[in-house]
Amino acid sequence: MIVRIMGEGQVKLADSHFTELNKLDDELLEQMESGDEQGFRQTLGALLDAVRRLGTPLPDDALEPSELILPGPDASLDEVRDMLSDDGLIPG
Amino acid sequence: MSGVMKRMGMIFRAKANKALDRAEDPRETLDYSYQKQLELLQKVRRGVADVATSRKRLELQLNQLQSQSSKLEDQGRKALSLGREDLAREALSRRASLQQQVTDLETQHQTLQGEEEKLTLAAQRLQAKVDAFRTKKETIKATYTAAQAQTRIAESFSGISEEMSDVGLAIQRAEDKTAQLQARAGAIDELLASGALDDQSGLAKDDIQTELDRLSGGTDVELELQRMKAELMGGGSAGKQAIEGGATTPQDQAPQQSPRFDKQ
Repeated sequence: MIVRIMGEGQVKLADSHFTELNKLDDELLEQMESGDEQGFRQTLGALLDAVRRLGTPLPDDALEPSELILPGPDASLDEVRDMLSDDGLIPG
Repeated sequence: MSGVMKRMGMIFRAKANKALDRAEDPRETLDYSYQKQLELLQKVRRGVADVATSRKRLELQLNQLQSQSSKLEDQGRKALSLGREDLAREALSRRASLQQQVTDLETQHQTLQGEEEKLTLAAQRLQAKVDAFRTKKETIKATYTAAQAQTRIAESFSGISEEMSDVGLAIQRAEDKTAQLQARAGAIDELLASGALDDQSGLAKDDIQTELDRLSGGTDVELELQRMKAELMGGGSAGKQAIEGGATTPQDQAPQQSPRFDKQ
């Protein structure tokens, strides 16, 4: 599967890692909803590390859509919340 | 539906699909999207240029603050050598608050540099995708009928539109950051222009320097007087020595005195 790290590009990962990432992803959502900024930072960091470690970057000229999209490392809890609650935030 | 990554993926995809649905003929969508991509590329390049401009301005200000800081240090040293500890203390405490500004600006400078790097890379990625999209677009238009093209277009379209959304957000963030920094830079420019960063009176006059000039001015007059006295007394004997053909002529003898004695 393909995962995008916002502001960094796309990474290809074996589907076998999906379970592991999924668990962290659910945790991230919980922390976001409860407003646990510190936990959110930790989990986001762990997710990004895992994706970078397990994946291979796609070439720049690839035109494939990503299945999963991760916020960049400096994204704040509020920013991510805004992106998820209002797709009007994403310009186009 | 759970998880941040999955939701985010869906939002991006929904957005891409919405854009696709707009056109009657999907091949028109290709051209329209390509135009949009080129516009976004322009915007990203402008963004990079703006960040670079802000960064250079910060560098300039940092240099000015640094030189102001070392000037205050010199003033402190001079004040101490003239026995004015109070002035030295004032100069050094001003220097301390300057250093605070310097540290602050250095942090901002690093932030901007990171931003500039990220945007530059984003521009490269987008450029590569736009080129790939153009090639694909022409292939699709040449090879498929409008009906057949639908799926092919959707494939290439979702990839590029996701990139565009991502880059668009990055540009927005960079613009916000630069706007904030520009406002702060303007404030610091005003401070620098006023000559003293913590002089609340707003007078452009450097009072420490004025005081030092007055002090050392007085000292210099004293020194000058002493030097002249010594010259007058010493000059006379040097002249006599020259007439008597003394072999040792002092180095510091005024040269215009020698010919005057030689003529006599």
